[in-house]
Amino acid sequence: MLSRTADHLFWMSRYTERAENTARMLNVSYETSLLPQSTAVAQEGWLGLLSISELIPAYTAKHGEVAPAKVLEFMVCDGNNPSSILSCLRAARENARAVRGALTTEVWETQNQTWLELARQLEGGAFERDPAQFFEWVKYRSHLSRGVTLGTMLQDEAFHFLRLGTFLERADNTARLLDVKFHAVESDFFGRASERNQEKDFYHWSAILRSVSAFEVYRKVYRDVITPGRVADLLILRRDMPRSLHASLREVVDNLAMVANGQSAETQRCAGRLLADLQYGRIDEILATGLHAYLTQFLDRVNDLGGGISRDFLVAAAD
Amino acid sequence: MQKFDEMYAMLPFDGSDVREHYKRYGQWLARQSADAMQARRAEAEMIFRRVGITFAVYGAKDESGAGSERLIPFDLIPRIIPEHEWTQVQRGLVQRVTALNRFIHDLYHGQDILRAGVVPSDLVLNNAQYRPEMVGVQVPRNIYAHIAGIDIVRAADARGDGVYYVLEDNLRVPSGVSYMLENRKMMMRLFPELFSAHAVAPVAHYPDLLLETLRASAPPTVAAPTVVVLTPGMHNSAYFEHAFLAQQMGVELLEGQDLVVKDRFVYMRTTRGLRRVDVIYRRVDDDFLDPQVFRRNSTLGCAGLMDAYRAGNVGICNAVGTGVADDKSVYPYVPEMIRFYLGEEPILQNVPTWMCRKPDDLRHVLAHLPELVVKEVHGAGGYGMLIGPAATQAEITDFRRALLANPAGYIAQPTLSLSTCPTYVDSGIAPRHIDLRPFVLSGRDVQMVAGGLTRVALQEGSLVVNSSQGGGTKDTWVLGQEGEETC
Repeated sequence: MLSRTADHLFWMSRYTERAENTARMLNVSYETSLLPQSTAVAQEGWLGLLSISELIPAYTAKHGEVAPAKVLEFMVCDGNNPSSILSCLRAARENARAVRGALTTEVWETQNQTWLELARQLEGGAFERDPAQFFEWVKYRSHLSRGVTLGTMLQDEAFHFLRLGTFLERADNTARLLDVKFHAVESDFFGRASERNQEKDFYHWSAILRSVSAFEVYRKVYRDVITPGRVADLLILRRDMPRSLHASLREVVDNLAMVANGQSAETQRCAGRLLADLQYGRIDEILATGLHAYLTQFLDRVNDLGGGISRDFLVAAAD
Repeated sequence: MQKFDEMYAMLPFDGSDVREHYKRYGQWLARQSADAMQARRAEAEMIFRRVGITFAVYGAKDESGAGSERLIPFDLIPRIIPEHEWTQVQRGLVQRVTALNRFIHDLYHGQDILRAGVVPSDLVLNNAQYRPEMVGVQVPRNIYAHIAGIDIVRAADARGDGVYYVLEDNLRVPSGVSYMLENRKMMMRLFPELFSAHAVAPVAHYPDLLLETLRASAPPTVAAPTVVVLTPGMHNSAYFEHAFLAQQMGVELLEGQDLVVKDRFVYMRTTRGLRRVDVIYRRVDDDFLDPQVFRRNSTLGCAGLMDAYRAGNVGICNAVGTGVADDKSVYPYVPEMIRFYLGEEPILQNVPTWMCRKPDDLRHVLAHLPELVVKEVHGAGGYGMLIGPAATQAEITDFRRALLANPAGYIAQPTLSLSTCPTYVDSGIAPRHIDLRPFVLSGRDVQMVAGGLTRVALQEGSLVVNSSQGGGTKDTWVLGQEGEETC
């Protein structure tokens, strides 16, 4: 297929996934903010959220002080913030429109409908009235987009580039979420956990789990109290947890193999090696070397994979 | 002026005198409640928006800075053409497009028609659309206008009968066929019962005919040609159509940046390296096709394309240089072309036209400006024209000045009272002026699907049907007579 077409497909699904993950994180932050907590703790939560997308400078330049309503507005409907849900869904739709012929009618109409409905939601004030409902809607549209892709697209190159985009973005987003949320409690992470307010801990960790739809999963897998180590294990190493780094990388590797060409061997090797690290890694080793360092390195490697995919497939072939 | 309505033999209509071919539809329409039809209109608009059947308006921007996408208004009442009338129109179209292709081939080869003095040489050779780069170039099957959009209008003659006239030939990159196809799909979705009660000629096979036509335009040495569609990109007003046709034909939709020419062959850049391209259905104007030959700063085409084309290594549809034959200054000569090349009398008439380059004609035009339609010979899309009866005194004065400054730049025609068709407007159903654009395909044979795109001027009394000027569209039915069912 055309390199440009592959590029648009890849980014269409990346932006859709990014919008979903942003909605997930915002929803959890919003729900957490409804719990009784000190101003300082609340402030910290919102700052953490902005730092996941590396947006603290951009936000501060525009709004100054961190205020929950302002952060939500900045992350949802600010068309000048490239990471806002509005910007992500617009980019997804523009990419889809550029290659609508490579999509099934259902996939295109789903993307287009999402964009048209988003305008209605934001203009009609649906978001301000009920943020939680709005975030549910964003998640739902993303589920629909993925589902209609799986349910209608021929499993050719176009399909695999769509899937590549989804899972590369998911690996990135889950890693960022973990990094920021663990960072928030890092000083207390080992040894002193018992001194911490257990109730606050419970909400902190359960919020992370819920943001990736893993709360019930956790209960089912561990049948025990929530501990940071297990949360990390579930979201990094569990192969059967659909939003874990391991599961995401597995999909990246498989889809990459389906589109392999004469120059993609090195990118495949890097992806395979990253997957192997997750397959054969142990959570105690990862925690011992430091989660932040581990995730930083992981994000770098995912970023390199994105660069490799772009170089091997998406940038126009040499003249 | 005599009026002609497609549905009613008498205007204003009072329910009686429905023409034969509209009878059954008229009975059905009379049974529909206003609310039900209003609901259908809303449904149609909702579906068009969801499907993204839009066109971009040049110069218009929405608040986020992106080009604005608009819906073309769709009217629920079909324009119905009885089969015997269509058969005649179709014969006329085959004849006309055949002659036009012969004409273009002649201009770039022997120029017999110029030497015979049938068409003035200066009109052709000094025309900006005449491409010296095409002189002597052999194109497959000697066909240049593979896809022709011929605009047809209808007006009453002295006896009150409707006569079809060709208003304009579009031989460069005519658009609108996607609306023809989507309008039919919409009508079948909204009113399936109408189609079981009427023998409406199908149109959905147009993409197959188009692909067949394009494949027939490949270099003769290529057994299984790779066809692509070339678009200026998603901000072009007709982008929806480009994407739609590429998808319907199952071929790649390319932008200039996707193409590369090596050793006089054309390739596209794919995820698996370069791949040969044999036929380009280009929806990019000549001027932008190749920066080495035409506009130097164009990024919409591909450097070296003309070189590959002239070497016979790629087919380009429509061919480069067809614009010289659809220029309004050449239009008055089409009947003569038909006689010259085919030795036949034209089946379809031209609208009588005064060529302001001729002093006698100019005198007549200047004396009758308030009654005439005056058009720039290079204008398109309903821009750069004066509709005398609808113009203000100031507009007429301005146009007179422009006309005197450059007479050769204009033609004039009588203001035809275009036929009307009942159409939904705010106040209910009212007659609105319409035209018809059939799409004529020339490959191995000259063929077309029955009917075409009917455009309707939604403003009361307006004669301008262009979508860029607020026109709408209708489904077009060519109706056979065999259907005996009742609805």
